[in-house]
Amino acid sequence: MSGAEKITVKVTEVVPLNELVTRFRFERADGGLLPTFSGGAHTVVEMHDGGITRLNPYSLMSDPMDQTAYTISVRRDDEGRGGSLFMHQQVKAGDEMVISFPVNLFSLDLRAKKHLFLAGGIGITPFLAQIKQLQRFNGNWELHYACRSAALGSYADELTDHYPNETHVYYDDEKQTIDLVNLLDGQPLGTHVYVCGPKGMIDWVRKTAAAEGWPREAIHYEEFLAPQPGKPFEVKLAISNKTIEVGENESLLEAMERENVDAPYLCRGGACGQCETRVIDYAGNFIHRDHWLDDAEHAGGEKIMPCVSRFEGKTLVLDR
Amino acid sequence: MTIQFNNESFRDDYSFYNSERAIKRFPFPFHEDSYMYSVNMEQHRGGPVDSVYEMRFDVDEHYVSEMRDRAMVLADDPLRCQSLPHMTLAGWDLLELIMVSKSEDYPDLFELHRDGNKWRWINKPLGIDHSFTFLDEATLPCGPMEYITRQAQGDFAVLDQRDDNLWMDAGMVTTQADWSLDFDIGMNFFEWHAPVPLAHEKGIFVRALKFLMNIQQGAPARRLNWTMTVNPLLDTSPENYHKWGIQKTELTPQNIGAKQHLRVELQTFFRLPRSNALVFPIRCYLCSFQDLMGVPKWGRRLHRVIRDLPEELATYKGFIDNRPMMLDYLKDFDDGLPTSPGIWPELDTEPPLTR
Amino acid sequence: MSTFAFPPSIKSRPVYGTLEPQAGAAHMFIVDGEGANAVLDLAQRAPSMMQLAHIVYITRGTDFAAALKALNPAQFYQGPTYGAALPRIRRSLADAKMGLQVYLAGTEGLMGQAMNEAVIAGIPHTAIQTEHRGATARRMQCVHCKGITEDVETDPFVCSHCGLNLFVRDHYSRRIAAFQGVCIDAEDPGNVPVQKGIYE
Repeated sequence: MSGAEKITVKVTEVVPLNELVTRFRFERADGGLLPTFSGGAHTVVEMHDGGITRLNPYSLMSDPMDQTAYTISVRRDDEGRGGSLFMHQQVKAGDEMVISFPVNLFSLDLRAKKHLFLAGGIGITPFLAQIKQLQRFNGNWELHYACRSAALGSYADELTDHYPNETHVYYDDEKQTIDLVNLLDGQPLGTHVYVCGPKGMIDWVRKTAAAEGWPREAIHYEEFLAPQPGKPFEVKLAISNKTIEVGENESLLEAMERENVDAPYLCRGGACGQCETRVIDYAGNFIHRDHWLDDAEHAGGEKIMPCVSRFEGKTLVLDR
Repeated sequence: MTIQFNNESFRDDYSFYNSERAIKRFPFPFHEDSYMYSVNMEQHRGGPVDSVYEMRFDVDEHYVSEMRDRAMVLADDPLRCQSLPHMTLAGWDLLELIMVSKSEDYPDLFELHRDGNKWRWINKPLGIDHSFTFLDEATLPCGPMEYITRQAQGDFAVLDQRDDNLWMDAGMVTTQADWSLDFDIGMNFFEWHAPVPLAHEKGIFVRALKFLMNIQQGAPARRLNWTMTVNPLLDTSPENYHKWGIQKTELTPQNIGAKQHLRVELQTFFRLPRSNALVFPIRCYLCSFQDLMGVPKWGRRLHRVIRDLPEELATYKGFIDNRPMMLDYLKDFDDGLPTSPGIWPELDTEPPLTR
Repeated sequence: MSTFAFPPSIKSRPVYGTLEPQAGAAHMFIVDGEGANAVLDLAQRAPSMMQLAHIVYITRGTDFAAALKALNPAQFYQGPTYGAALPRIRRSLADAKMGLQVYLAGTEGLMGQAMNEAVIAGIPHTAIQTEHRGATARRMQCVHCKGITEDVETDPFVCSHCGLNLFVRDHYSRRIAAFQGVCIDAEDPGNVPVQKGIYE
């Protein structure tokens, strides 16, 4: 069986926050309570867009203790394959949808003496749930949130209103930037850093922290990658004895699912490692996009993460 | 189904016994005529009616006596229950999981009434009726993990998940197969399994860890493990080994059927929602050789498994010295007939012993 | 200089390396006996670190104080035993900031206990540098009475607290900073093998 357990929910609110971001509220279709979760968890939302099924992960941003509803915020990606556009354009209050049980790949280290949150843009969402969790247990936290402009700063005002001492917001269009070296300097022993945002921001934080002598275990990050469109390619699946075509606007994982090939998955965003697949043979180039395999594995040609990575070339044979 | 609770002891006079019903539902751990380590995980979502797999937390005829034995162990040695400071939330998760599961699965024995965070818990077999505030430690007589695991059979290891590993950061351990929570608390998955022979080399723990870290909310898993114990002694702890070790030398060909017990652990794994920790309940079932021999399939198979077990495993499981005497006893219950696959008794279809 | 190659063992047994200079805002060295040599070796390779260094030196009958002081560390302490040094170590860690690097060198008992303090203060154990120097004696905990016997050199040994005959396991607890000792004659009282060196 692939993926986490499913829950049928009803969309009870669709709230556009700004030009790019819309918030969705889900309640259980049967009126029951939703499972509690831990701050940093995500849910995988199923979208049936014509003949195409997409499953995209979104961080849960509601209070983990609130079992009446989950909320997520979706940033519209006009360049993407259409998952976020579907959410923005097709999903209406009253619709039924299927989402997964919460899965956490970005949980708090509860031993931390202090939690230092660094958010970029829509990367704010997991922190909203983590902040609610820490508030409940008198946790020690601080948030530094960089966004493009005041108009696009989702939840910046609420956070500043509720937690004026803990919240620091930086607007790109006002040339405000996080002074990271200074921020890291002088944090008490036992501080953990959490960063969620674009890849460049994550790399910057990891590199800077390492240079300042922060241990690897004290740096936590999460970036869900949406699968990117690309040139169609053919793949041979050795176990199922099938040759399938991966279309321009679908991922390798989605193509296997379309052909009823049993392929494991969890996050569908290149982070969790569940869909790791062995390459039996290939002639061509991999387009690796995941965070799971390391550089050597990306260069090695022996593994691929079908949820986000693609292939260009003549032959690809996978152990599925 | 009403459970008749035994009044029995797991020490001194060892008045422990299994009823006919308990023998039939004993989780015999060998699904074939040989044994080697494997990850052998399956989903934990019920099983045959009245089997130990049916409910999330099995309650059986030994419940009340086992809880009494646990209280005695803890009075002697409070270090058997420990929780590192960051694990309190996981303790509440566990309390909720057990209270909800037991009140739903055994409504005649347990009741849970919830009004927001005001909870009332009724445990009829142990005579408990307690109102408390969920997430407020001050309203419980002890920590949440200790409170609920004093009312649940089996040991509990509560594992924190971080840095691509699982860490044994809390537990209630009084019915263990010779390992010490006090010594192992704080270790990661590979460290606390360090003394286990052969399995590291086979990559068992790497695969098991990967599987366990991916266990998600709402999708628990389970497996069986086993060892041998002389006398129905639940607390085979390293702490008390200098007291109970001598009992292993008291087997004779006359008493082995009654004294030698197969000790089976039903290990289950649940993701805990609020803490993202993993709880690993290790439920111990004991059955004497003579009771096992009542099931022809088990008699045949146990003889073959014990006979062919690698020496390292028999040593690790602590019965290498007694193995010849065990085989002497068991061989009389192996007539060489084939056995059916799977662990269940198959009393209706398996042929009776032919000699 | 004495270095000892520990035989390969089980996964709970600590493995020691060679101190390597790390990037960081401050460096704390906690060493005993011949562990001082590991600091002297490191300082040769990275002398500038010493401006940011705090050296805690527990003598254990050695005399490296002058050599260590000559490195001009920011702070230097010499003490007779680990117990004597402990309040100072705790005080320093309580005030420390992220970026502090901790280096331990000397006996297993010293490294284990100091590592536990650093871990409690918030440094992951994998981020702490260690280098074994000097005696190979072990700090052992009796699993039965919980008493700790320092500097155990033989297997089996007699628990200094409860008097049981214990065999020396390789199973190691970071939290207790000790190896496990288990009764060796529980199944045959009085039948205790002849003592030999742990690594004989």
